[in-house]
Amino acid sequence: METVTLTMKNQPKLYLEADNISPDKFAGKKASEIAALHAYEGRDQTTLSKYFDVAGEAGATAADTRIVVKGDVSRVKYIGMKMTAGEVVVENSPDMYTGAWMQGGKLLVKGNVDAFAGIGMKGGEFVIEGNAGNYLGAAYRGDWRGMQGGLIRVKGDAGSDIGYFMNGGTIVVHGNTDVHVGTHMEGGKIIIKGNAPSKVGGQMVGGEIYVYGTIDVMMPGFKYVHDEELEVDGESGKFSLFHGDTGERHPKRKGQIVYGKLYLKI
Amino acid sequence: MSQSVTDVICPFCGTLCDDLEVIVSDDGKKIEDIYNACAIGAEKFMHAQAAGRVKRPRMQQPDGSYKEVSYDEAVEYTAQMLHKARKPLMYGWSSTSCEAQSVGHEIAEKVGAIVDNTATVCHGTTLIAVQDVGIPSCTLGEIKNRADRIIFWGCNPCHAHPRHQSRYSIFPRGYFTNKGHKNRKVVVVDPRDSDTAKMADYHFKVEQGRDYELLSAFRVALRNEPLPEKVAGIPREKIIEAADMLKSGRFGIIFFGMGVTQSLSKNHNIDNAIMLTKDLNEFTKFSIMAMRGHYNVTGSGQVLGWQFGYPFAVDLSRGFARYNPGESTSNDLLRRGEVDAVFVLGSDPGAHFPISSVKKISQLPSVCVDPHITPTSEISKLHVPVAFVGVEVGGNCYRMDNVPIEARKVVDPPEGMLTDVEFLSRVNSRLEKLSGGK
Ligand code: SF4
Repeated sequence: METVTLTMKNQPKLYLEADNISPDKFAGKKASEIAALHAYEGRDQTTLSKYFDVAGEAGATAADTRIVVKGDVSRVKYIGMKMTAGEVVVENSPDMYTGAWMQGGKLLVKGNVDAFAGIGMKGGEFVIEGNAGNYLGAAYRGDWRGMQGGLIRVKGDAGSDIGYFMNGGTIVVHGNTDVHVGTHMEGGKIIIKGNAPSKVGGQMVGGEIYVYGTIDVMMPGFKYVHDEELEVDGESGKFSLFHGDTGERHPKRKGQIVYGKLYLKI
Repeated sequence: MSQSVTDVICPFCGTLCDDLEVIVSDDGKKIEDIYNACAIGAEKFMHAQAAGRVKRPRMQQPDGSYKEVSYDEAVEYTAQMLHKARKPLMYGWSSTSCEAQSVGHEIAEKVGAIVDNTATVCHGTTLIAVQDVGIPSCTLGEIKNRADRIIFWGCNPCHAHPRHQSRYSIFPRGYFTNKGHKNRKVVVVDPRDSDTAKMADYHFKVEQGRDYELLSAFRVALRNEPLPEKVAGIPREKIIEAADMLKSGRFGIIFFGMGVTQSLSKNHNIDNAIMLTKDLNEFTKFSIMAMRGHYNVTGSGQVLGWQFGYPFAVDLSRGFARYNPGESTSNDLLRRGEVDAVFVLGSDPGAHFPISSVKKISQLPSVCVDPHITPTSEISKLHVPVAFVGVEVGGNCYRMDNVPIEARKVVDPPEGMLTDVEFLSRVNSRLEKLSGGK
């Protein structure tokens, strides 16, 4: 695997839209060709070289390409957008849309990510060592397909609206979240190891939400079913299962109504 | 001798009353009296007559004072500012005509601006919800003639839309509602004892920030599923009783306002309210409508919608339209420092935005186009006064139910004063030259 290192040298005055920072776009290119790739600051089309020092060269394919992004990238959007393979490591905290519509490969952020990270994600592994903002793994505005596959793991806390319209895949938050977890969720799994204040699973049709800590205010449309011994994220534990959201439509399978499942750790 | 102008449109709130009568002096220059308007509507007309009105553009000087400049200089400053900026914000558009909005959007496309309207701080969340789940709605006329179940959720029309209840929602005698308010059951959901709540048959004092839960509870009740003892501070029995009352009506309507669009859960509240409306249609006919504030904020959404496909927060910086509230909304742009110039027309962010955003406007090159002196005009580098739409110049507007109504001119603007459309058109042609016809 070949490594390309981008180091921030000139901060953008506005924000930089750098959707070209992805193994798919870098694959088969030398440092000079990568430096000439486009980026946008406001309405100006510029190049990556205006902001970054580029060292190393990419592998022949995305899968053979590793990108390391160094320096302050707090004003850079869209890192790793639509990547299908390879690896991206961001050493600090990028801005919005990190890993948006990601389809494969590995994305590691050592700092925090801002809003809309991993929206519409289809596959791959996305790890955030710090905190995540709002709309993590959610649907883009107006889309009814949120996250559909892959794994997002947040070591810190997450914001509100995570897994909005989620259809598949897994989101694990080791810390706490803000309100609205899995709203309109139809499939997939959200595991919250800390607390979630309220509005958990509102308008949920299907899928699973696990909360290890507390929920201050439960949604009214969740009914208790039974207690269960389960293995979740590699650890076993005892959970109370609730079915919901009973105020929402639910499909039937083999004559049985399929509900969303909310597990509270006992 | 004075003359009377009838069927005048009130350019103040989203009710857009179309039955005003204005008495004008013989020379057609002065408004003497206004009939049929509510107090706030009448005030709008009288304001146009106020002494000390600013009649020429004013440029802020380094010491904070203002110097009068010509319209030519104002056009030049505005065009240069927009031409040089790499991501200007063009905000407002809710208190002007659709014609002016359309010219504004042409400029925005040329300079790669972000166009946002006042929905960004009021019903933008509604627009997000509508995009997510659709909306079953109707016109105010249908409500007047048919509705017998009226819900006001998080809104207080007694004060914000004073003639709404007498013209459309509670009191009028309509075709199928010939007993007026006796035909109607009124529900108000509001944590406050508002004046609207005093007129309600049912007043639900929902706990602050728990509207989403209460809306869900209604949906659970309609499906005969079990409910907890209390939801959002309301006992289960009351929720079930109200759900039955709503089901038993012939035609129901949910009006909602900023109490739900801007409290915790925001777009999700509206999303759930729309889904509740949809559920109620299993039993009877139900509709839902946003109580839009500014008289033509609905029009701004309409014009943006047909020109760019999105109703607010449209980012044209890369030459095609993008939209993502949370990123391309004015307060987020200002707070995060994403824009480098601000153009305001037909709104007053200086009074309505958080102070952190207002500070950002005052630090950037900025132009405010507004007939009045406002907090925004006072922090902008350039203030351009224009004629009042709906008083001194006509133009198309959209009522809160998306019905277009042509506003009328009743008096002449002060000598030599430009209208929104004239000023914007001149900026637009100047930009055409600056960009070399590209
Ligand atoms: S209700 Fe609204 S539109 Fe009607 S007169 Fe009053 S302010 Fe004007």
